[in-house]
Amino acid sequence: MNFLSLFVLIPLLMLLSLWLVKGTKGIRAVMVVGSSALLALSIYLTFAFLAERAAGNTAEMLYTASFTWFEPLHISYSVGVDGISVAMLLLSGVIVFTGTFVSWDMCKEYFLWFTLLSMGVFGFFISIDLFMMFMFYEIALIPMYLLIGVWGSGHKEYSAMKLTLMLMGASAFLMLGIFGIFYGAGGQTFNLLDIASHTGGATLIEFSQQCIWFPFVFVGFGVLGAMFPFHTWSPDGHASAPTAVSMLHAGVLMKLGGYGCFRVAIYLLPDAANELSWIFLILTGTGVVYGALSACVQTDLKYLNAYSSVSHCGMVLFAILMLTSTASTGAILQMLSHGLMTALFFAVIGMIYHRAHTRDIRELNGLMRIIPFLSVGFAIAGLANLGLPGLSGFVAEMTIFVGAFQNADLFHRVLTIAACTSIVVAAVYILRMVGKILYGTNVNPDHAKLHDAHWEERLAIIVLIACIAGIGLAPSWLSNMIDASVSPVMEQIQAVASTVSKSNPFL
Amino acid sequence: MITINCFLILSALMLFIGVYGFLTRRNTLAILISIELMLNAADLNFAAFNRMLFPEGQEGYFFTLFSVAISAAETAIAIAVMINVYRNLKNNFVENLDKLKW
Amino acid sequence: MNFTYTIFILLLPFFSFLILGLAGKWLSHRTAGIFGTLVLGVVTVLSYFTAFEYFTADRVDGVFQTLVPYNFVWLPFFDGGLHFDLGIMLDPITVMMLIVISTVSLMVHIYSFGYMHGERGFQRYYAYLSLFTMSMLGLVMATNIFQMYMFWELVGVCSYLLIGFYYTQAPAVAASKKAFIVTRFADLGFLIGILFYGYYTGSFSFDFTNTAVYLNGAMPGVGADFSKAIAGAGFILPTALFLMFVGGAGKSAMFPLHIWLPDAMEGPTPVSALIHAATMVVAGVFQVARMFPLWIQYAPETLHIVAWIGAFTAFYAAAVACAQSDIKRVLAFSTISQIAFMMVALGVCLPEGGYTDNHASLGYMASMYHLFTHAMFKATLFLCAGCIIHAVHSNEMEFMGGMRKYMPITHITFLIACLAISGIPPFSGFFSKDEILVAAFHYSSAMGWIMTGIAAMTAFYMFRLYYGIFWGTENVEYHEHHTPHESPAVMTIPLILLTVITVTVGWILPGSFGSFVSATGEAYHIHLDWSVAGTSIVIAVIAIALATYIYSGVRQPIAEKMKATFPALHKWAYHRFYLDEVYQFVTHRIVFGIFSRSFAWFDRHVVDGFFNFLAWGTNAASYSIRTLQSGRVQQYAFVFLLGVLVLILMLII
Repeated sequence: MNFLSLFVLIPLLMLLSLWLVKGTKGIRAVMVVGSSALLALSIYLTFAFLAERAAGNTAEMLYTASFTWFEPLHISYSVGVDGISVAMLLLSGVIVFTGTFVSWDMCKEYFLWFTLLSMGVFGFFISIDLFMMFMFYEIALIPMYLLIGVWGSGHKEYSAMKLTLMLMGASAFLMLGIFGIFYGAGGQTFNLLDIASHTGGATLIEFSQQCIWFPFVFVGFGVLGAMFPFHTWSPDGHASAPTAVSMLHAGVLMKLGGYGCFRVAIYLLPDAANELSWIFLILTGTGVVYGALSACVQTDLKYLNAYSSVSHCGMVLFAILMLTSTASTGAILQMLSHGLMTALFFAVIGMIYHRAHTRDIRELNGLMRIIPFLSVGFAIAGLANLGLPGLSGFVAEMTIFVGAFQNADLFHRVLTIAACTSIVVAAVYILRMVGKILYGTNVNPDHAKLHDAHWEERLAIIVLIACIAGIGLAPSWLSNMIDASVSPVMEQIQAVASTVSKSNPFL
Repeated sequence: MITINCFLILSALMLFIGVYGFLTRRNTLAILISIELMLNAADLNFAAFNRMLFPEGQEGYFFTLFSVAISAAETAIAIAVMINVYRNLKNNFVENLDKLKW
Repeated sequence: MNFTYTIFILLLPFFSFLILGLAGKWLSHRTAGIFGTLVLGVVTVLSYFTAFEYFTADRVDGVFQTLVPYNFVWLPFFDGGLHFDLGIMLDPITVMMLIVISTVSLMVHIYSFGYMHGERGFQRYYAYLSLFTMSMLGLVMATNIFQMYMFWELVGVCSYLLIGFYYTQAPAVAASKKAFIVTRFADLGFLIGILFYGYYTGSFSFDFTNTAVYLNGAMPGVGADFSKAIAGAGFILPTALFLMFVGGAGKSAMFPLHIWLPDAMEGPTPVSALIHAATMVVAGVFQVARMFPLWIQYAPETLHIVAWIGAFTAFYAAAVACAQSDIKRVLAFSTISQIAFMMVALGVCLPEGGYTDNHASLGYMASMYHLFTHAMFKATLFLCAGCIIHAVHSNEMEFMGGMRKYMPITHITFLIACLAISGIPPFSGFFSKDEILVAAFHYSSAMGWIMTGIAAMTAFYMFRLYYGIFWGTENVEYHEHHTPHESPAVMTIPLILLTVITVTVGWILPGSFGSFVSATGEAYHIHLDWSVAGTSIVIAVIAIALATYIYSGVRQPIAEKMKATFPALHKWAYHRFYLDEVYQFVTHRIVFGIFSRSFAWFDRHVVDGFFNFLAWGTNAASYSIRTLQSGRVQQYAFVFLLGVLVLILMLII
């Protein structure tokens, strides 16, 4: 039995135990033990992976295993990890762990769905079979509907329905794309590696075919990655979701989109990526600036952060489409960084909302004096968001910009510079928000006696801050680990990069 | 001379009377009677074909008997349903029975 | 002697920040203050020791060696041979900056002990100061432009945190936000400049020997391809340098990006002395000086733009300073003006002979010299202002006047610093400003006379300020129930120490500064050009006399009359020529009012509306076809019958 499967088995065991135990204590015990085990496992995996790489194992995916699941359609349960998946699993481990502590007072049914969602996420990142990937993606989507629709706030039914429908619509595109790739490559295997390397019965996908399926796959994953103009589920969804679900959603689930775009769309369809990237570059570049500018005038904290996520996640897809090694590494770093800092942001916003019963920027004031711990956490999340050196955002953004600048033509230059402006706008909306809610003096008597964070909330905040600062201070090991896994994809790209995109009118 | 055509004309008449009744009557009991008419038209055909065309065989008679038995069972269930409908709605007009579409 | 101990210059304040920041809650004010100050003391000692060792080391070919005790790849980039390094580099200007930063920072640490006494958040204040010191030291010791950018951002954030230290007061919050956003906007230029620079030269390093060779095309294929280098040398490199300068102009408050600095005075006064007078605001000058070899060799024309921007800023700020009533604002505009002097000095360097000609590049030395002396006397001025504000509890000049009786030490130190900034010998400002003027005359006589005129304005407004505080009309009623008093020793000692430096640095070792810092690295012996120096002294004295004539009396008829004669001019100058309002209009009304708001509206109503329309359309379609499913069995049967008939007809025909 391959130990990667533990990432799926542990959540299954957690589901079973949650079903059996009674009482709040039992539920908490199961959740803490389970999520700690997942975190420990992902940390262990990271070290094991690095050790294996250091020992000279240069296989593209490590710890691979494959079991045939449905022979006639060539579907198999295949797992394996490379540096990117390891980074994503680590991120998921951290977010699930902290999410557990943030949703401390929730009931059993909530945790059941929460665990199922985690299972989908972990399963997605360990899969290297397209069909399994798709299946885990769907597993991760469905619980979201119930988590938001039942335990959310505000227009929760509307938001939950909108989120689910848009993501389901996207997954329909995705499914078409995946089948397109499957049959385009000869219809013999769903295995990513086989399709990429034309082994195991897979053949080269023809250029005309690639150009058909690339938009399907990219849009399918891109919707989950909040690609403009398919991002509108995100503000409503995040605003209505309960705290830990917002964290998990923005922190991990949106990363499925970026990961999928990179792993499936770019890796398996490199010719089409080279040819068609300009369309999506314009869309994502617009999204980066547009999200940031929209965030400037929001009055709801969660909406503000959701639009900021649109901007930052747009940056992920933008960087992926730059098709350079550095930019792609930066994209993965940005996924990690955004996952952590946005989770921190949503966690603190949720805690403030839980206390003050409002998320309206105009109604909150002077929180720094009242709840200093939460306020400092909030400020640090904000500073990470605007790319303060020493925190993770800076590392990711700089890698992306340097990478994007490797494309010397005017089209890419203009877009890159436009994307750079988003970091200025980020400073505007973050400081506006921080200035309004943390600073000044509180005038609302209801807010005068709010209590500061509990121990479990403190734990979650500290863990997240430690991760953000850790990446921000010592990024090179992570960057090297990711880049080593980006290079196979870049080799695919470089094989075709010499041909200039014929359809791009700007070149 | 009674030919097979006589039976066929009779059963066709019965069938279309049944169809007409089924489509136009409002009372479920009348609709049930119309259904019985259609069934019996079919049974008549079975019996007639057996007697006239394949006198050495018995299958047509058996099939007719099956059909009669089944329609009896069906009628019992249908009437039970109707009684319950009547208890709930105080009538058994068919246009009131559209709740299942919701 | 390998200077490995210099790492502690960075690490110590960082640990101090961590300890004070994390554990500050459990420390008393006293412990926190003493801890922070002690750590900074050690850093200062280390800096002085570094300077001593560095400048006493042997020169190679008459040049101090550039040493790199540490350098490692912090963040690898995988294309174009680029990598983001962190490290420590020592060269003359770095070592000079080490002395400036550690000295002023130590003084401010000591001074704050008195000034911030009993303030809430005292530990936090010292933590921020430590972080700032660490970042600023990291900035000057950077081995590459990207490291500089990193610490550049960090000092920006420290500045934000310290300006907004009194975060319960709305003006402080607004000022901190403004400072950060304006400089961030300028940093965008810096970042893009770095990216261009890195792409075309294949390196971020300050070691320009490779870059120079590379750009000249003599050694192609070192790290990247030859065509990039050729493209870079022509138009791109001046553009990249200018973009970097935009970042520098933001930090150094050059027109039109200066608007944040006057507002930054909302922060505690020692912070203004440290960050907004002596260290952070000169980062832009330092950056241009750092990239100077490239400027002079590849972008001399662009350098002239820098000079003229500097000259205009100097004039503008001096003009505004003449009309301000808040003493810290006067000092802020004076700082802008003086930093612009340094920029002008860098800008007037002439390209002939490249940076190998000390004489043509006299401005470089003058700029660094002025940076050094300005840091000392401007810190003195700010700390004096702090003492006065501490005593009077107001920034406005109308509450002052006649303060010389109450605060003798502050009075004397302030006067000396004023004389220094006005360029009166033998105080330090005279020597450095004189070098700038010489360089300006060397460039063109127009520039020389403009700068001399602005120097006169400097003398005028500084003495207007001096008389307004210490002489002039005393606000007797206010002082009666609120008698000002001299500050405690912990505040006056730093003043005295800084004044001693100001008094001595110019004449104790005349001409010595040039032997340490110069454009080529070779010793440059400063010799006063008495025709320039004489003129500037005479003009400064006349300006001081004029200020004395107008402002020293108890009643000031001339000042009143001038105000009455040119009300519009005074009003415009007082309101800083309404630039803030223009910015306010552009950012709030246009960028946020029009763009952001319409984007947000577009998002909610058009983009989201489209998806809502899709959902509504699906729903409406299903409503309209659901009548087919009427629930009436007879209807179904009828349709069924029709279907059967049609099928039969089809079969028959």
